[in-house]
Amino acid sequence: MKHPLLVFNEKGIYCQQADVYIDAWRAVDKCIVTHGHSDHSRWGHKRYITHRRNVPIIKHRLGDITVTPKEWNETFTINGVTFSLHPAGHITGSSQVRVEYKGEVWVFTGDYKVEDDGLAETFEPIKCQTFITECTFGLPAFKWEPQADVFTDINNWWATNKAEARTSVLFGYSLGKAQRLIKHLDTSIGKIYTHGAVEKMTQVIRAEYDLPPTELITRDSKKEDIAGNIVIAPPSAHGGIWIRKMLPYVTATASGWMAFRGARRRRAMDKGFVLSDHADWDGLLSAIKETGCEKVITTHGYTDIFSRYLREELGYDARTEKTQYEGELNEIETEKEEEA
Amino acid sequence: MKHFAKLIRTIDSTNKTNEKVNALAEYFNIANDSDKLWAIAILSHRRPKRPVNTTLLREWATEQSGIPLWLFEESYHIVGDLAETIALILPKTTKESDKSLSQVIAEIISLREMDDASKKAYLHENWMNMSYYERFIFNKIITGGFRIGVSQKLMTRALSKSTGIDEDILAYKLMGDWTPVSTTYTQLIEEENPSDYLSKPYPFYLAYAVEDGFQESMGEISNWSFEHKWDGIRAQVILRNNEVFVWSRGEELVTDKYPEFQRFLDHIPNGTVLDGEILPFPDGRIGDFRDLQTRIGRKNISKNLLAKTPVILVAYDLLEWQGEDIRNKPFSFRRKILDAMIAKLNSESIGLFLSSTMRFEKWESAAEERKRSREKRSEGLMIKRIDSSYQVGRKKGDWWKWKVDPFTIDAVLTYAMRGHGRRANLYTDYTFGLWDNGELVTFAKAYSGLTDKELREIDAWIKKNTLERFGPVRSVTPHHVFEIAFEGIAKSSRHKSGVATRFPRILRWRRDKKIDEANTLSDLKDLIPK
Repeated sequence: MKHPLLVFNEKGIYCQQADVYIDAWRAVDKCIVTHGHSDHSRWGHKRYITHRRNVPIIKHRLGDITVTPKEWNETFTINGVTFSLHPAGHITGSSQVRVEYKGEVWVFTGDYKVEDDGLAETFEPIKCQTFITECTFGLPAFKWEPQADVFTDINNWWATNKAEARTSVLFGYSLGKAQRLIKHLDTSIGKIYTHGAVEKMTQVIRAEYDLPPTELITRDSKKEDIAGNIVIAPPSAHGGIWIRKMLPYVTATASGWMAFRGARRRRAMDKGFVLSDHADWDGLLSAIKETGCEKVITTHGYTDIFSRYLREELGYDARTEKTQYEGELNEIETEKEEEA
Repeated sequence: MKHFAKLIRTIDSTNKTNEKVNALAEYFNIANDSDKLWAIAILSHRRPKRPVNTTLLREWATEQSGIPLWLFEESYHIVGDLAETIALILPKTTKESDKSLSQVIAEIISLREMDDASKKAYLHENWMNMSYYERFIFNKIITGGFRIGVSQKLMTRALSKSTGIDEDILAYKLMGDWTPVSTTYTQLIEEENPSDYLSKPYPFYLAYAVEDGFQESMGEISNWSFEHKWDGIRAQVILRNNEVFVWSRGEELVTDKYPEFQRFLDHIPNGTVLDGEILPFPDGRIGDFRDLQTRIGRKNISKNLLAKTPVILVAYDLLEWQGEDIRNKPFSFRRKILDAMIAKLNSESIGLFLSSTMRFEKWESAAEERKRSREKRSEGLMIKRIDSSYQVGRKKGDWWKWKVDPFTIDAVLTYAMRGHGRRANLYTDYTFGLWDNGELVTFAKAYSGLTDKELREIDAWIKKNTLERFGPVRSVTPHHVFEIAFEGIAKSSRHKSGVATRFPRILRWRRDKKIDEANTLSDLKDLIPK
């Protein structure tokens, strides 16, 4: 039997022919990295290959690393295997990886969403035979509203809070979600304040992308200046003493998990906005269809359920591979956002 | 429906009690009487009978969504709430219902009489003509169990705010077995109608548990009266107009389940309301709570069951005497009348016992008495201020419960299941095993008692250490030891371990213990009272 072009081993997704890993979760010699979230870009690889716009992000997170930047659609060949990066629409600078060898094409999505969020480069469908897809939200219970509607809700919420003389504290992952929120907040309502982790990452991203002004909350920030404005903070800041400066405040989380009432109540949030950087059920199905693939490998999320659906209902040759990617889980479930 | 959906959405968008009360009061201000009455009914768990069984409901929702049934079931396991799952998986709409809440509920009630094809057609049409929140509420009303973070107390407070009627009076008016079909908003809330009050119980006064070192803040011990805390069903027995009414704490009229108390009629005068505990009394002594469970579930009480598991009332308070509400009189006064009344009767022959009061001069003596709780078949002591009035609901200050320490045992985590509601998507329901001949035998399931942080940690561990999956359940590598507390223990042929425990819950995570340091099944059996 022919050796598969990409295999899943204990270190990551591996291309033996090119001796290169993609989004490895253990330290390896050469690794193509799809995007800057910590479960995809681990520390300790000898050489990183990633999209040019992801370089400052991973350098900010990982420090002094050896990294080769690539452009979208730029091909590079290693021992006969041709690689190229294509926008995944997940966060700024996030890629899918196309791998071609002797006419056989595989695509690994990393994390992705199909809706244009007005900030990250829009997801580009790539024809392939084997499609390795995430399925963080691979259940029919997840159906996103158009982004414009969600931001109308968010901005209305902010305006209402302001009218009631309360500060709006909105939680979202400091890389990706925070900048997407900042990009679409209506600054005619007030000012955007940030938590340290969000501010640092926003400054890194500002170099390449146009974002409205933000102001870091420091020890010297005055309570009365912040009052009525909006504060963007990572989920880990919820429940800490830091937030007392915002009193009286109202809290909300922007995450795909907020589609479930239970998830919001568990986090003791006032409000939940259903806003995700991952594809919803229909998004996943349309992305798969557009690749024209025959084989699907699901990597993280509701993998077993989703691949069963693809097999039994849609006739794909679909299976699951175990990885250590977390999807959007860390946005609500864990406290371990690194101090960026 | 629009207003009610907006109300639920607002309540869902805040964690602050005051805002919930305001939103509810606002709703009561704008809604018409029949909508208000239904809103009150639903929020106090008086829902119409389920018109469609959940199997059909799932099938029809699945059909309309165009997904296979197994995928619906998987989604339901993860979402954790049937009404919410259905609302989520149905095709999206941009419509809003133009029906009123009471109209929708009237339709749901009449749905019961229809054939399956008409039911299905009705649901399919209505699901597609509602917004997401309307759909969710509609499904909640159909499936029952309308728990959305609004307690009856909170609803009563809002109603008081909107009507200007005193909260305690409203609580009283809302008790009993009324339904929106049997009454109107005006009758229930606004009118004074004495005949309605014939069967009405008073709101129960509930005690708080004491905290460690409470003795310091209690003042003179001579101000306090002590009793054992009985482990049965809290109940009010009402004698008015030559009728007996028995109410359980869940505001359920349970007169028919306890025919024993009909005997009170010939002995206790009209205009009497007793507060006490219903206890099982097999073989002429107080039995185990589990004996009572054979009585709770039954609609028809057979002679056989009556003979095998008779019940008694252990009375501890008198709320009404000679037709007069005496709840505002001091506890000592109420008890004096109660004690005298019972003393005059040959009360034990009719199944009426008195919960004896005790006085102590020192807290140490009270503690000694508390230690005797298990042998007296009680679960600790009640401490009541001698001049306390009988208040409404759970209030701090005058009544306290000082329970015995629970039994505890160290057990190994063996299976985990996803939680529901607030805990959906997290593995929070655990099964624990004890050693028996080198194997772990399941002895209890427990879910409460961990902090959110611990829950997330153990959840992540479970996801990485799964051995096998069975639907929503996973077996895990035996690795973690937990200290499990429980209130009662008895032999059981229904359990694999041969032992049934009552109200098991996690006391603490014993990270310091390895699995071979967990207890054995025979350690557990040693705890069974001889």
